[in-house]
Amino acid sequence: MLAGCAPLAFPSGMKPDDHPAASAATAPATERAAAPMPTQATAPAGAPVVHLVEVVAVLGSFPALAGASLTVQRGEIVLLRGPNGAGKTSLLRLCAGLLAVERGEATVLGCDLAVDRQAVRNRVGLLGHANGLYADLTVGDNVRFWGATVGATAAEVQASLQRMGLADRLADVPVARLSAGQRRRTALACLVARRAELWLLDEPHAGLDAAGRDELDSTLRAAAAAGATVMVASHELERAGALASRVVEVVGGQVRERSA
Amino acid sequence: MSMWRIARLVAAKDLRIERRSRVVANQVLPFAALVMVMFAFALSSDAVLRRVAPGLVWLATLFSLLVIVQRMFAIETADGALDALQVAGVRPGGVFLGKAMALAAQLAALELLLLGLAVVLYQTELVAGGLVLLVTTFVTATIGLAFVGTLYGGLAAGAKGRETLLPLLMLPVVAPVLIGATRATEAALGTEGATPSDGWPWIGLLALFAALFGAGGTLAFGSLIDE
Amino acid sequence: MTLLDPATSSATTGSDRRPTSTRFTRVLGFLTLAGIGWLVLFGLFLSPNDATQRNRVRILYIHVPSAWLAYLAFGVTGLSSLAYLWKRTRSLEWDRIAGASAEVGVLFMGITLVSGSLWGKISWGTYWEWDSRLTTTAFLFITYVGYLAVRDLGGTHQQRARRSAVLAVLAMIEVPLVHFSVKWWRPLHQQESVAEGEMEGLMLFSLLLGIIAFTLLYVWLVMHRQRVLALNDLVDDRGLDVALADRRKEAEG
Repeated sequence: MLAGCAPLAFPSGMKPDDHPAASAATAPATERAAAPMPTQATAPAGAPVVHLVEVVAVLGSFPALAGASLTVQRGEIVLLRGPNGAGKTSLLRLCAGLLAVERGEATVLGCDLAVDRQAVRNRVGLLGHANGLYADLTVGDNVRFWGATVGATAAEVQASLQRMGLADRLADVPVARLSAGQRRRTALACLVARRAELWLLDEPHAGLDAAGRDELDSTLRAAAAAGATVMVASHELERAGALASRVVEVVGGQVRERSA
Repeated sequence: MSMWRIARLVAAKDLRIERRSRVVANQVLPFAALVMVMFAFALSSDAVLRRVAPGLVWLATLFSLLVIVQRMFAIETADGALDALQVAGVRPGGVFLGKAMALAAQLAALELLLLGLAVVLYQTELVAGGLVLLVTTFVTATIGLAFVGTLYGGLAAGAKGRETLLPLLMLPVVAPVLIGATRATEAALGTEGATPSDGWPWIGLLALFAALFGAGGTLAFGSLIDE
Repeated sequence: MTLLDPATSSATTGSDRRPTSTRFTRVLGFLTLAGIGWLVLFGLFLSPNDATQRNRVRILYIHVPSAWLAYLAFGVTGLSSLAYLWKRTRSLEWDRIAGASAEVGVLFMGITLVSGSLWGKISWGTYWEWDSRLTTTAFLFITYVGYLAVRDLGGTHQQRARRSAVLAVLAMIEVPLVHFSVKWWRPLHQQESVAEGEMEGLMLFSLLLGIIAFTLLYVWLVMHRQRVLALNDLVDDRGLDVALADRRKEAEG
């Protein structure tokens, strides 16, 4: 499939009931650890999911990341906090392979981003500022489409919709008619359907109501318990802080560890 | 996931969007019809109109192509879907083929309308002997236009916000289609005593055009939309 | 490629004064000047009037070399773009050569079109004929104007290089198609021109002289332009260092 790029987690051997949506928050992490590693794995089992060393990345001529270093292990939920314009979004986009590495080293899921930004892409899920939804299509159509791009089955799509509380009334409503919060839920459902190994979420709580936030949090916990790794940029420190296993601060395009 | 499955998925998605939004049906098709009427105003004489009808059909097609291509990529960039497609690791070649298929379907509907209008407004007469040539012309030209439209549309979309570049980049490229399809259509309709046998060499050119840009687009699309 | 690029080689020595000329380009520049001087001398004074064209033939001493130069330039742009796209030779230098060559090409294609239509007006009585060569030339001109616009779109250097290289290769597909479609479209029209066989020795010599002088001019212009582009990129990179330092201060503050 992807030469020179080591699968670290479960996607190839993942059964539908392993799916964070289907197994909800109950899946024990130990089961996952017992699952055999894919045979083509070349990276050591303990290799970090994200490993950035002094990464510089530019937007036009502006250095959005100015020597960012960060290591994230599998199963972690890392909260990125920091002021506006600090580089949180760029950090997430870089990890998704959307932003080129100008200087420094960046390895995500065993793929060297300086060499190849494509290979990592179908293994990460990014929820950016934009939702990536087609406004003229219904909620169900959108989730089905994005699920289909990674070969998700109808049952998985249905489970994702249910997880974000979209399965009933809203499934047949065009996205154009949804509120901002409902769109965010739809985008999250698309993300759940994508079965990513690394979840990159940019302000996922923004616009969600209390119920939506609870659903999001339990979804992320379930995903992490199922072996996925999560990076969240958020200003909702109280909520995201409770969720996160680790908090790092992004300032001036650099990353600082903080003891939570 | 195979390129072909991605292509079908993307094409189905684009056509479903059109079915739901009806932007091409409700806005672009009337625009194209309007262009045909405007041509008649500009040229006024019936004899001239009959003579140039094939060229006008294809010219109106090219103008509408620009509009449809803008729309087709506005769908992808409005809410970051193009980024999302990349993060999803969807093969760009598949996206290219899928969008080209959807574009070809929409162009085919447009061309049927324009041909009908040429019959009604310009007194163009369809000739039974040229029907095979006519259909072949429309099919090959449409495929070529769909490939070029998707390719250059992707370039303009990847370059964010510079849609004004699209006509400058795309119209010179589609000039051979305008020439080839117009000549072949004239031959099929018997304009000025042309016979279908005059038209077939042009089909070769149109097919070559479609093949070259289809192959080029499948290979190059990824590096054009990649930011 | 160090011959073509004093900017990157001197970057390692840390020199801040980087002229775009080297001894090679200075010699080349003098040769070019001498060549153009000779061209003026032969083209305007020493070569005889044409039997039918009279003095009008002298436009050709500019027109033909310009056309040659422009085609050469676009050919170099296409080949350099291929060299950039091919992974084993991928280097921004190819991209800058492609860009520099396209700039020079557009300039001289413009000169070709203007001088050609002036010549057409006084020889054929029309500024323009729908001849395949003329039409292809015009399309090349417009295509590369678009190419230069795409080069200016911004983004990182690699993005610019990749995008414009793909476009240049597509142009290489486009141009023959345009050429042959126009040729088939107007098969009957024969371009009236000075038949090469009928040219007198001195006229032919002037024409050759023009082609040689313009080829030297092309190499000289592209080398300088390419170095300026390299310096531009270097300034961008330097700007990045400054911006990086600023950005890092944010973190301290």
